[in-house]
Amino acid sequence: MSLPIKFRPILLFFILGTVATALTFVALAYQASLIPSSRLINPDELVKILQSAKGEKPLMIQVGSHVLYTQAHIPGSEYIGPGSSESGLQSLRKRVESLPRKTFIVLYCGCCPWNHCPNVKPADDALHAMGFTNVKVLYIPGNFGMDWVEKGYPVAKGD
Amino acid sequence: MKNSTVRGLALIVVVAGFYFAIRRHAVLTGVGGRGISALAPDFSLPDLTGQELDLSSYRGKVVLLDFWATWCDSCRDEIPHFVELQNKYGDQGLQIIGVSMDDGPEPVREFYQRFKMNYPVVMGNAKIGELYGGVLGLPIAFLIGRDGRITAKHIGATDISVLEKEIVRQLRDKTESRSPGS
Repeated sequence: MSLPIKFRPILLFFILGTVATALTFVALAYQASLIPSSRLINPDELVKILQSAKGEKPLMIQVGSHVLYTQAHIPGSEYIGPGSSESGLQSLRKRVESLPRKTFIVLYCGCCPWNHCPNVKPADDALHAMGFTNVKVLYIPGNFGMDWVEKGYPVAKGD
Repeated sequence: MKNSTVRGLALIVVVAGFYFAIRRHAVLTGVGGRGISALAPDFSLPDLTGQELDLSSYRGKVVLLDFWATWCDSCRDEIPHFVELQNKYGDQGLQIIGVSMDDGPEPVREFYQRFKMNYPVVMGNAKIGELYGGVLGLPIAFLIGRDGRITAKHIGATDISVLEKEIVRQLRDKTESRSPGS
């Protein structure tokens, strides 16, 4: 059975459109942009929580590069290893495995612009797979330097 | 215009839209931005073969200092372009130097071979990051003129055509004999 010639451009359009969409999803599969907005926390929100005398303080985990962490990180946060690597994810799982699943955890990286961060989404996925229900990912649109350090938020250096 | 032509154009627009949506935007800090015109801080770091690389030994050349990491996809995207630029302008005085911000050299060595990199790469650390004003996001590239001064700083994925124009402009500048302190 052959398709009438007038329908062929339409078919071609849908095939190419589907391929383009599929490729886009593949490209974005590991990207932070796929994390639901309900699981994000903005820098100013986090700072308010940290500075407030009341309320639960989160366990903050940096899931990016150690060299970047050493230069600047959120005071009190822990370096665990890049979420894009299996060793980093193993360290993350090991760090939190004994914690109650309702523990307030904030993950952050800031290595790269949000849509290109390879680390936060795998780390977020790993914690959710373990059953953690109160995980937030710090939304850093540009990088940690621009969106945290240069905004004047608290910073610590070193290991 | 035929319907099929319109649909074809629409498809091109959609595909182009997806493409640009997933490309990271580049932020260019032009002349006058922080660190521009300052003398590039000197450093000595081991390259992937263990030999010390001194930035000062490249004085007189135009240096593109690229802070990158193997896990940074925008950094990876730039590498083939940098290899091409080094091939194209190396004999005119361009020297690209990579500063890897990976946590260890193993993935960098593997990457270096796989991408047939043709310029030296040193392993960076927090100290060099701080020397250059804090490398708290990748990639970051500094263009350094023949006189050792920083002429441009690119934060994020760089538009290679813009970078190439800047490099050509610097290569044409024969003021390498100008005193760094002047």
